[in-house]
Amino acid sequence: MERKKIVERDPRREPVIRTRALTKRYDTLTAVDALDLEVRPGEIFGLLGQNGAGKTTTILMLLGLTEPTSGQARVVGLDPARHPREVKRRVGYLPDAVGFYGGMTGRQNLRYTARLNGLKGKDAETAIDEVLHQVGLTDRAEDRVETYSRGMKQRLGIADALVKSPDILILDEPTTAIDPIGVVEILDLLRTLVNERGLAILLSSHLLTQVQSVCDRIGIFAAGRMVGEGTVTRLASLFGDGSAIIDVGLDLKDPVGKQRAEGVLAGLASVETVTRPEARSDLWRLTVKPASEEANVRQAILAAALEHQLHLTSLRPIVPSLDDIYRTALERRGMADTAVGRGAASASGRSAA
Amino acid sequence: MSASVPTAGTLPEATAPAPDTEVADDRMARLPAGWRVVASKEIGDHVTSVRFIVLLIVLGLAAAIPLYFAADRIRAVAQAATGVPAVFLALFTIGPANIAILRVDTFVGIVAPLLGLAFAFDAVNGERSEGTLPRLLSQPIYRDDVINGKFAAGLGVIGLVLVSVVLLISGFGMLRLGIVPASQEIIRLVAWVFATFLYVALWLSFGLLLSVVIRRAATSALVGFGVWLLVTIFGQLITTLVSGLFAPAANATADQVLGSYQAQQWVTRLLPSTLYHEISSVILTPNLTQISTPATIGQLEQAQSQIPGLLTLDQSMLLVWPQVVALVALTVVCFGAAYILFMRQEIRA
Repeated sequence: MERKKIVERDPRREPVIRTRALTKRYDTLTAVDALDLEVRPGEIFGLLGQNGAGKTTTILMLLGLTEPTSGQARVVGLDPARHPREVKRRVGYLPDAVGFYGGMTGRQNLRYTARLNGLKGKDAETAIDEVLHQVGLTDRAEDRVETYSRGMKQRLGIADALVKSPDILILDEPTTAIDPIGVVEILDLLRTLVNERGLAILLSSHLLTQVQSVCDRIGIFAAGRMVGEGTVTRLASLFGDGSAIIDVGLDLKDPVGKQRAEGVLAGLASVETVTRPEARSDLWRLTVKPASEEANVRQAILAAALEHQLHLTSLRPIVPSLDDIYRTALERRGMADTAVGRGAASASGRSAA
Repeated sequence: MSASVPTAGTLPEATAPAPDTEVADDRMARLPAGWRVVASKEIGDHVTSVRFIVLLIVLGLAAAIPLYFAADRIRAVAQAATGVPAVFLALFTIGPANIAILRVDTFVGIVAPLLGLAFAFDAVNGERSEGTLPRLLSQPIYRDDVINGKFAAGLGVIGLVLVSVVLLISGFGMLRLGIVPASQEIIRLVAWVFATFLYVALWLSFGLLLSVVIRRAATSALVGFGVWLLVTIFGQLITTLVSGLFAPAANATADQVLGSYQAQQWVTRLLPSTLYHEISSVILTPNLTQISTPATIGQLEQAQSQIPGLLTLDQSMLLVWPQVVALVALTVVCFGAAYILFMRQEIRA
């Protein structure tokens, strides 16, 4: 009772997923190694890692579908190993390579899920109609699933995870094997869901750019360990090379003007390099070191542009790409090798950094 | 390794929502028994599947047997002796004189295992290869709901068709031949249907076990078919082979001969097909007072001096009780093995 009051007072602060030193070992292989993870309501958390990094194992432990070797997990405040039914009632799960009963229609597949979740008759049909509409499959709902494309199956999978009105959505590789446009659609849908329903989403992926575009926070996962966690900006400051990038658009006609602009930009404090725009572009790229000076440099550019009569068309700080961060994170932790040929190395008892 | 654990503090756990408190998620309380939902979906699948049509055809053939073969012989028998015991049950035990398989009981005994296998061989590995197993198990059901539901659905569908066929044959017997069953005969028929259920359940469990252990549905179908062939068709062959080991030497004493004979019978009884055959024939033939052929002169004399008479069902059941128990035990072992293995299996391929 006491606990419930606390939850009611401030439901948004309480993490819906929380793990402490969660570990899963298969014989000699440590699939997940002392994982600490927190996901709060209303956020999209991206679990980023290569194939075999332990993402799916983590997810299965969160759902109570496999038991952790040691450590603890709490999902909606419950231990999934002890209360799997309650947890599964409130968590929608899209498995990696989701499958459906091919001989049944999309609607029939969803109806089965709805019934397993205690939804019957009108309630079920309303819920099914809603999720079908959300994923844009209303027109194909009465077709057999075996006629669906891979992308449609993926969207049906999301509908299937949503039909039980979950508090948490766990998506394992939701965008693999989908064409680029489909990916954008799915990511937009996820963002809408978070905004409209306020649910928490945990998604795993090995596609860095997609994770970057949709996730609020990201956990970089390698060989069963979390090597970095936070927003893209935070990860950048953690794992970047210490420099920041600013794109400056300048409206310059003649080569003389370019010469002058280059001199001005290069003369600013903390600017390391200035790269001239490519043909038919007016974007100059500056690298700033240290990265913390980035905001000051932007101010300086603005002031210099006024002073030297340079016509600014744009001024944009470039968030470093997750690809770079990922690579550095792996290298920094000396895990680039173990991430590929892990097993022996990770089992040899490396202690926490 | 344990030194690397940063914070070993225990996470607080909210109490599981109990249905009687306001904390309860009312949706949790409304959750249906998972195995029922699984079973009803499976039944829906079964009745629209090809294998259901096969089931109808095969058991339909069983119904056709008395239509073509039994009727004439029963008429003849019935005319010859009005006092023939249990004429109604003869519908199920009489066929053309020279083809043993064309009797309802024998026929059902041969096809029941196949039907059981057909409805279970791909139960778990089928879900696995379709990629539906993780999705199904991530629903709020217990893991055993899946295997229980599938077992119930298979037994339900086969049972339904079996009962229909038995009713069809009975109806035919009453309408066309004018044989009205006595109450004892009805009870015996019900008992026979139950025994057949049990036999189907054994093979269903065996099919389930295969579907859990073997990852490919085609392989598990082949293995199942192989075992059926071995047990049902080549059963006699196996017993001959095995009993060869116990064969008495040329200079054996009477006791040794007797012992080897009993050993042979014992080996035969290891086969579920023999168990079912014995149960089935004792239940359907009230005047059968012993199962095995007499092994001693004393037993032989006893059998010959017996006044032919009818056993009541409880006496017949007493006769085959060990067989019934053995069949139940085999079913429990198969289902139990499938159950435990499935519960302990990793979900990932």
